Amino acid sequence: MAEKGMTPIVKTITGWIKGLIMIFGIYIVLYGHLTPGGGFAGGVILAMVFVLLTLAYGKEESLRRFRIGVASELDSVGALMFLVIAVLGIAGTLGGRFFINYIAKANPGTPFTLFSSGIIPLCNIAIALKVASSLFMVFILLVLMRVIHGPGERA
Amino acid sequence: MQMIPLFVAIPLGAAFFIPMVARKRPRVADTLANLTTLALLLMAISVIGKNGVYWMGGWGPLKHIPLGIDLVLDGVSVFMLITITLISFLVTIYSIQYMDKFTAKARFYALFLLMVAGMNGVALTGDLFNLYVFLEIASIASYALVAFGCEHEELEASFKYLVLGSVGSTLILFGVAMTYAVTGSLNMAQVSAMIGGDLKPIHLFIVALFISGFGLKAALVPFHAWLPDAHPSAPAPISAMLSGVLIKTIGVYAMARVMFNVVGMTPLISYVLMVLGTISMIVGVLLAMGQDDIKRFLAYSSISQVGYVVLAMGIGTRFAIAAGLFHLINHAVFKSLLFLNSGAIEYATGTRDLNKMGGLREKMPVTGTTSFIGSMAIAGIPPFSGFWSKLFIILAAIQAQRYGFATWAAAVSVLTLAAFMRLQRRAFFGEPREASQTAKEVPGTMQASMIGLAVLCIVMGFLWLPQARDTFLMPAARVLQEGLNYASNILGM
Repeated sequence: MAEKGMTPIVKTITGWIKGLIMIFGIYIVLYGHLTPGGGFAGGVILAMVFVLLTLAYGKEESLRRFRIGVASELDSVGALMFLVIAVLGIAGTLGGRFFINYIAKANPGTPFTLFSSGIIPLCNIAIALKVASSLFMVFILLVLMRVIHGPGERA
Repeated sequence: MQMIPLFVAIPLGAAFFIPMVARKRPRVADTLANLTTLALLLMAISVIGKNGVYWMGGWGPLKHIPLGIDLVLDGVSVFMLITITLISFLVTIYSIQYMDKFTAKARFYALFLLMVAGMNGVALTGDLFNLYVFLEIASIASYALVAFGCEHEELEASFKYLVLGSVGSTLILFGVAMTYAVTGSLNMAQVSAMIGGDLKPIHLFIVALFISGFGLKAALVPFHAWLPDAHPSAPAPISAMLSGVLIKTIGVYAMARVMFNVVGMTPLISYVLMVLGTISMIVGVLLAMGQDDIKRFLAYSSISQVGYVVLAMGIGTRFAIAAGLFHLINHAVFKSLLFLNSGAIEYATGTRDLNKMGGLREKMPVTGTTSFIGSMAIAGIPPFSGFWSKLFIILAAIQAQRYGFATWAAAVSVLTLAAFMRLQRRAFFGEPREASQTAKEVPGTMQASMIGLAVLCIVMGFLWLPQARDTFLMPAARVLQEGLNYASNILGM
């Protein structure tokens, strides 16, 4: 049987650029409050690293690096992190409002630098975790899926 | 009032927390889910009679112009919260043992609580786009829940539901987008202040989009085709939630809120709602008559009963709206009960086919008695709750001089009685047939949940006593009937 995945050319290039794509994704997430992008866009780029690995090497390789169980946990962690950030705002000492930007109130940081805008970068990180893991899971489930024919249908 | 966002945050958090900690431990999942729904019910009871507007993130209105998103707690929201949390609490109790036959219990609770979070959000939100988002959260969770058994029939039903549900959501999204294009705002109170009951053709187009979109979600005839497939295919607790609460929250409640408080009720809209309600009432019960699948029968009957609520909303007097809301919560209780009964029958006999049952009353006394109470309540036999709410809807129609609609409502009530007598006779009385030979009564928590709902079927009748009515039903009816005062109540103009 032939080797799984695409040609050696694609595999080699994928091996070179997978790290770069990941760094770009992380950059988009972390600078989401300053430049275009943010948690969702960055998360999609992070998921694309694993989609690319699946295309180039086959699903076994990407599943070895990013197991479904881990993806599922990260999915929940991302959502919970976002929720916890929002609910913390209700605490009276922090601001007394759901989703209030309590960090920016206490310490606004310097505008146009990485450390500014309070809770927004944290929310972006939470969203990125959620989007990267769920998008990867959606993709891998579509890969793993088989068509099942019902009674009376032609195969 | 810090509690208002928690109605959405708690079930949402639990939905993500349960699959993390309890994937392999179903009893932990049971405990967490039941505690969550119990907490929500207690919170909902604690806000009865309270009002408040909650501006998210502290972005309040500036010179009466809203900047951020608001959650609004008023009479109708409290009413819907009570309905949602009450039924979801009793349904999670039932799920403890019923869902043991399915494998992924933690995922079931995750989707279930996601649906509850979406519905609570729909009930509370004061923003049109937010309404759409919460509505989609609830809908998407319900698509997955309908397919939960993963058998061929369930997947097919779920796909049909998904397609028609998405058509409904798209119509609503178009409506929201058009509203934004016309008024430049998505805040319900501000839109309401800008349209102010003065409906131009473009506004009527928006109204048409909303009526068809929410009509699809509420399964009004002629938008009902998905419901008789989707509701029977889901696991019984989910059928109870879908028929009992979901179609009312994201269909009837959302429609009533938008029609009364945002665009303002006109004689035209009122007439359209009355006609849609009456057609649903008649067609639903006639289609129910011929069904042999017990859950399909109940699903058709839901269409008919939702018709009553929409008819009452269409009549539009304060008495009619109060009667409609009264019927809404009553129907939530007895239709959940009947679906849980059908789940118990399926659990014990392995079939939903009425032709294979019979004589179950001796074998399953608790299911038999509670189902009898539920059937009598839905058929409108005194002293059960359904009698009072139907009576008041008919009286309200007569008071508003809608004699034709009142006659239809009375006639459908008789047909409902006939249909449910047939159900009782074929399932619980008569000679036992093949499937009911070996039937045994269902386990304890399932019984407890059914008994709780059966007791509520009787107790709910007392909601119309002056004290209960004035603290619970009338404030809800007043919010809807005062219509466009909503804007000034929220923005303080």
